Amino acid sequence: MTFNMNMTTIVMQRQLHSYFATPIAYVFILMFLVLSGVFSFYLGHFYEKGQADLSAFFNFHPWLYLFFMPAIAMGLWAPERQMGTIELLMTLPIGQTNAVIGKFLAAWVFAGLALVLTFPMWLTVAYLGDPDNGVIAAGYIGSWLMAGSFLAIGSCMSVCSKNQIVAFIFTVVVCFIFMVSGVPMVLDSFAWAPQSMIDFIAGLSFLTRFDAIARGVLDLRDITYFFAMMALWLYFTQVMLQRNKAK
Amino acid sequence: MIRVQNLTKRFDQFTAVNNLSFDVCPGEVLGFLGPNGAGKSTTMKMITGFIEPSDGKVSVFDMHVSQDPQAVQTIMGYLPEGAPAYGEMTVIAFLQFIAKVRGLKGEQAEQRLAKVIEQVELAPVLNKPIDTLSKGFARRVGLAQAIIHDPKVLILDEPTDGLDPNQKHQVRELIKGLAKDKIVIISTHILEEVSAVCSRALIISEGQLLLDGKPDELERQSRHHNAICLQLADEYADAQQQLASIDQIETVEAVAEPEDRTFMLFPKDGQMLLPEVVRWLDDKQWEVENIHLEKGRLDDVFRQVTRAQTV
Ligand SMILES: Nc1ncnc2c1ncn2[C@@H]1O[C@H](COP(=O)(O)OP(=O)(O)OP(=O)(O)O)[C@@H](O)[C@H]1O
Ligand SMILES: [Mg+2]
Repeated sequence: MTFNMNMTTIVMQRQLHSYFATPIAYVFILMFLVLSGVFSFYLGHFYEKGQADLSAFFNFHPWLYLFFMPAIAMGLWAPERQMGTIELLMTLPIGQTNAVIGKFLAAWVFAGLALVLTFPMWLTVAYLGDPDNGVIAAGYIGSWLMAGSFLAIGSCMSVCSKNQIVAFIFTVVVCFIFMVSGVPMVLDSFAWAPQSMIDFIAGLSFLTRFDAIARGVLDLRDITYFFAMMALWLYFTQVMLQRNKAK
Repeated sequence: MIRVQNLTKRFDQFTAVNNLSFDVCPGEVLGFLGPNGAGKSTTMKMITGFIEPSDGKVSVFDMHVSQDPQAVQTIMGYLPEGAPAYGEMTVIAFLQFIAKVRGLKGEQAEQRLAKVIEQVELAPVLNKPIDTLSKGFARRVGLAQAIIHDPKVLILDEPTDGLDPNQKHQVRELIKGLAKDKIVIISTHILEEVSAVCSRALIISEGQLLLDGKPDELERQSRHHNAICLQLADEYADAQQQLASIDQIETVEAVAEPEDRTFMLFPKDGQMLLPEVVRWLDDKQWEVENIHLEKGRLDDVFRQVTRAQTV
């Protein structure tokens, strides 16, 4: 059950290989790029704002991720259970921890690649004005960390079902809960509760944390929050794997 | 040594494996026999650490499978039922992935890959995605994957299922040719396979161990053991009744194959009656086309013990 970098890397490589084995991965990245562009330009009024920053772009990431990340994560475990390859994977001397982390990293790298490919947005603002590159870099880091949290939730849901679609839907639902817990409308409905509880609920939200980072404030607590989310849901993934084994 | 102690697996209320105990020593090739649903695959899944037993334990060379599955899996090769493999990968990419997991590197990895590709004759399909392979080739990929690191313990769930006769022969030779210090467990529905490759067979039914012995010991329990198959050259009046009157013959059955005029003579208590029968035929001056002694049939024994249980 000990972490082994080498095994983790082997699992990650195989999973990445399987992502790119079909054209779906490319179509997927293309859709992500197009949609993130459309959202920023049309819905975010990227030009009209007349600001040389990417806030219009980053503001839509949580909502884009709500559907894109579950789609990346659903393929981590559900098909292995469906096809029976999980029996091979779990009887090779890989170790559960390494398998869970390796698969997750593959999904996270994949999401990172899609994110990196949005660099023309950065080029555009850099061309049009004089953006604060530090804030933009923080936005990218925050966005990637948030993607990781979505994916870790997706990893856990994917281990719970043999059916990818079921895994997708459950991931969307859970991620949605973690997002809206920061929306004022939801928080208002907790007006009866003590302020500390409202703060706690707001603190659980991806939105609250991400907004802070995307504004350029790289607070250690927000970063810790995202890493803790990933660690927690990957731990749940392993608990579920172990449970399947003993069922 | 593999030591299986009081192994039990329950799925909800259903008991798939029921208090199974046995040991397997290096050098043994153990065959699991049993009807569909007997619990053969479930037992293998517990030995390889894929599922946890509900009760009992498995240890492999004194390593406890539940406590340290990785250590056990390192010295084990396993072909799961149905030979699952990553369909989108090509055969060679898949085997390279397995080799990496097995810690094979560089020159050594190349050598081992070349060796298994030759052993199970995968050369013609190396660059095909596994998804597109025929059933037999997919099974061979599963076999190659299991033996790539030359494991001390080899667990094969129906290794020859779906193979053509040449490949069946080849795989049996491969299993027989494995170094003598290995432990091999195979499951199969092909009974000749047990006589051909196994040094010991277990018959399992409804999760319980019914018989455990060398294949020829099991065959000896068959009603065909020491039976005499006799094909007469000519028609003789009342041949069957006359044969049945020979001392110590229990019954005589007419056999339609390979031709009429063929009889199976079952001795009382499995005694050896061939000389006596030959003498009797000589006295009668009956012409014999063919006569031979039966060793016994595993499928008799199989049917006998597994039927007795369900009744
Ligand atoms: N995950 C599971 N959940 C519930 N029942 C199961 C599960 N796996 C196996 N079983 C049941 O356990 C019994 C034993 O199954 P197993 O696959 O071990 O049989 P087998 O001896 O390998 O049969 P076959 O010759 O058909 O391969 C069967 O009745 C099967 O339905
Ligand atoms: Mg089976």
